[in-house]
Amino acid sequence: VPDLFDKRLLFVTGKGGVGKSTVSIALGLAAAERGLRTIVCEVASQENASRVFKKGEVGFNEVEVAENLWAISIDPDESLREYLLLQLKVRAMRDLLMRSRLFNYLAAATPGLKEMVTIGKIWELSLPNRKVKKAREYDLVVVDAPATGHGVGFLQTPRTFAGIARVGPIHNQAQELDRFITDHDHTGVVIVSLPEEMPVNESASLENQLRDEVGVAVERVYMNAMYPERFSDDEASRLERVLEITEGPAHAAVRAAVSQHRRAHAQQGQLDRLARSVQAPIRTLPFIFKPRLGVDELRQLAGALA
Amino acid sequence: MQSVDQILAGKGICICAGSGGVGKTTTSAALAAGLAARGQRVAVLTIDPAKRLADSLGLEELGNTPRQVDPSLFADAEVEMRGELWAMMLDAKATFDELVRKHAPDEETRDRILENRIYRQISNALAGSQEYMAMEKLFEIHQEGRFDFLVLDTPPSRNALDFLDAPKRLTNFIEGRGMQMFMKPTGLATKVVGRGSSMAFGVLKKVVGIDLLADLGEFFQAFSGMVDGFRERAQRVNELLADPATTFMIVCGPQGEPIEEAVYFHRKLVEANLPVGGVIVNKVHYESEADLSENGFEEDLRGPLEDDLAARVASNFRDYQALAKRDARNVEHLANELQAKAVIRIPYMDEDIHDLSGLLKIDRYLFATEAERVELAASGAG
Repeated sequence: VPDLFDKRLLFVTGKGGVGKSTVSIALGLAAAERGLRTIVCEVASQENASRVFKKGEVGFNEVEVAENLWAISIDPDESLREYLLLQLKVRAMRDLLMRSRLFNYLAAATPGLKEMVTIGKIWELSLPNRKVKKAREYDLVVVDAPATGHGVGFLQTPRTFAGIARVGPIHNQAQELDRFITDHDHTGVVIVSLPEEMPVNESASLENQLRDEVGVAVERVYMNAMYPERFSDDEASRLERVLEITEGPAHAAVRAAVSQHRRAHAQQGQLDRLARSVQAPIRTLPFIFKPRLGVDELRQLAGALA
Repeated sequence: MQSVDQILAGKGICICAGSGGVGKTTTSAALAAGLAARGQRVAVLTIDPAKRLADSLGLEELGNTPRQVDPSLFADAEVEMRGELWAMMLDAKATFDELVRKHAPDEETRDRILENRIYRQISNALAGSQEYMAMEKLFEIHQEGRFDFLVLDTPPSRNALDFLDAPKRLTNFIEGRGMQMFMKPTGLATKVVGRGSSMAFGVLKKVVGIDLLADLGEFFQAFSGMVDGFRERAQRVNELLADPATTFMIVCGPQGEPIEEAVYFHRKLVEANLPVGGVIVNKVHYESEADLSENGFEEDLRGPLEDDLAARVASNFRDYQALAKRDARNVEHLANELQAKAVIRIPYMDEDIHDLSGLLKIDRYLFATEAERVELAASGAG
C-alpha cells in the first residue's frame, strides 16, 4: 500500500463493531515492518493495543509495543493539561487555571472541547518537530477514530470550533488543525466496513460526508472479515441434497458447509454493492477463524492490507 | 429460564441497550414486530434503520412521529397480525427544538436560543444529547398513551451507558448557573469571586478569546428561565425508566468484548436500580450442540461425498466448532453473571437480516423457549 504509508497521519473510521481497532493495529504493524516509526492512537481508552501486545495499560504514554511500533491512549483531560502548559508555558499558571471553577464550567460547557484537544494531541504527535520537549518523532500516526455518528463530527471538530470562536487564538489554532486534517498530502482516512447490509450503507454515506463535507482524502475502504469461498456452487447444491440423508454430527457438518457457502455468497453480494457505492479503492480482509485475535493473527492481516 | 413472552408480560416499555454493531436496531424491530403480531399496539422508536429495512416496512419517509406499518405486509409474509406495528425514527435536533419551544417563557427567548450558535452545536453534537432526546421522545409518546407497548432502540454510543446519565448531564450543563455570573457584561463576577478566579478569567480570555465567552454567556442567560422545566421533566423521564412496567433488554454479540460489555452494562443497570429483563445475544454459532464425541462423523461424510469434499466439509466444521465453543463459553459466563435472568441466543443466520421476513425469522427464535431454539437451530431454520 505504498501511497497510504506516504501520509503522516491516517484516521481509521467506520460503524461500531466493524473492526476499526483491529485494522488500526494491523496498519501500524504493516508500517512498522516497512521500517516506519509508527504510533497507534486510541481515543476512547479501549486499551486494545495493550491487550493485543500483552502489555500493561499504555494510558497517556507513548509505549513501545513492537519493533518500530508505539501505542498511546489519548485522554482528553491529559491532552488539555498538556495543551494549556504548552500555551501558558508556566506550570503554576496552568494549575491555577485548571483549579478554577470558572475554567471547569467552561471546559464542561464548551461543545466539542474534548474532541478538539484530542485532535490537537494527534496533530502534535504527527509533527516533525514535536512541541513536547525531547519527544520522539514518528513517520506515521494511525488513529483508531470514534465510530461513525461520532466519526464525521470528530473530524469536523476543528472547523466547528473555528466557527464557534470567531476570532482569537483558539480560532487560529482550530483553523490550523482543520487545514492539517484536510491536507490530502499528509492526512488520509480509511473506512472499515463489513460485508453486511447496514455497514455497507453506512460506509457509502460516510465516504460522501468525509469527502464532500469534511473535505478529507478517503484513501481506502477495507471490507473486513470476508469469508473464504470454500465450496463451489455445484458442491453446495450437492451438499444440500446430502443434508437430507445424513444425521447427527455429519448432518451438522454438512449444514455448516451449506451455511458457509450461503454466507460467503451473501458477502460477495455485499462486496459488489460496496464497489458500486464507494469511490475509494476497496481491499478485502479475510475472516480469521480464531476465537480471539492475537499478534500472530494481526500480523497475518497486516500482510493482507497491501 | 424465562422466555421473551414471560419477560415482557405486563410491561409497557422495553429499552434495547448495548454497544454499537451488535444488531440493536434489528433486534428492536423484531421484538416490536413479534409483540404486534401477538395482539398489541406497538411502536418502535429507532435511530437509523437500514434503508432496506425501512423500505420493507413501507416507511421510506419515516419521521419524528410514529407511522403505522401496513398490516398487509405481514399477511404477505404469512404471519397473522393481531395488533398494530408503528415505527418512527428519532430526530434528536427536532426533539430538542420542540422541547425549547415548549419550555421557553416567550417568543423572544425561544428565538434567541434556537439561533444561538452554542445551542445549535449542543443540540447536534453534545455528547449525551442524542441519548437524552431518545428518552425524552419515549416519555412524550408514553404520556400520550396511544400505544400498549413501546420499544426503544437506544443510540449507538461509544459507551452504552451514556444514556443513563444523559438527563443528569444535560440538566447539570444547562443549569451551569455559576457560569452565567461570570458572563454578565458588568464584570460583577470579578469583584465577587476573588483574585484567583479573576486571574483565571484573564488567562481564559487570552486562550479562548472573548467571543466564545460572550456566546456562552448569552446561551446560559437565555436558558436560565427554562432550567426548572427541564429539570422537572428529566426527573419524570428517570421515574419512567425505573417504573416496574419498564424493562431493559441488553443486546450483544457472542465475542469476548461484547460479552464483557454486556456484563458490565448489566451490573450498572442493577446498581442504578433499573429493571433488567435479560440479554439477547445475536449471531451465535450453535454448532457446538452437535455431539462430537462420536468422532466417526468424518467416516459418515465419506459415504455420500468423495474424500476431498468430505475432508473440506470436516475441516470447515472444525473451524465453526471452534467459534461455537467460544460462543458457548462466553454465553455461559454471561449466564453466570446474570444468575436467574434470561439469556436468549439468536443464531448466526445464513443471510443478513434487513427486511420484514428476516425480522420474522428472528422472532421465531426470540419468542421460543430455549429448548425450541436449540431444535430450530439444529433444523437449520434461519
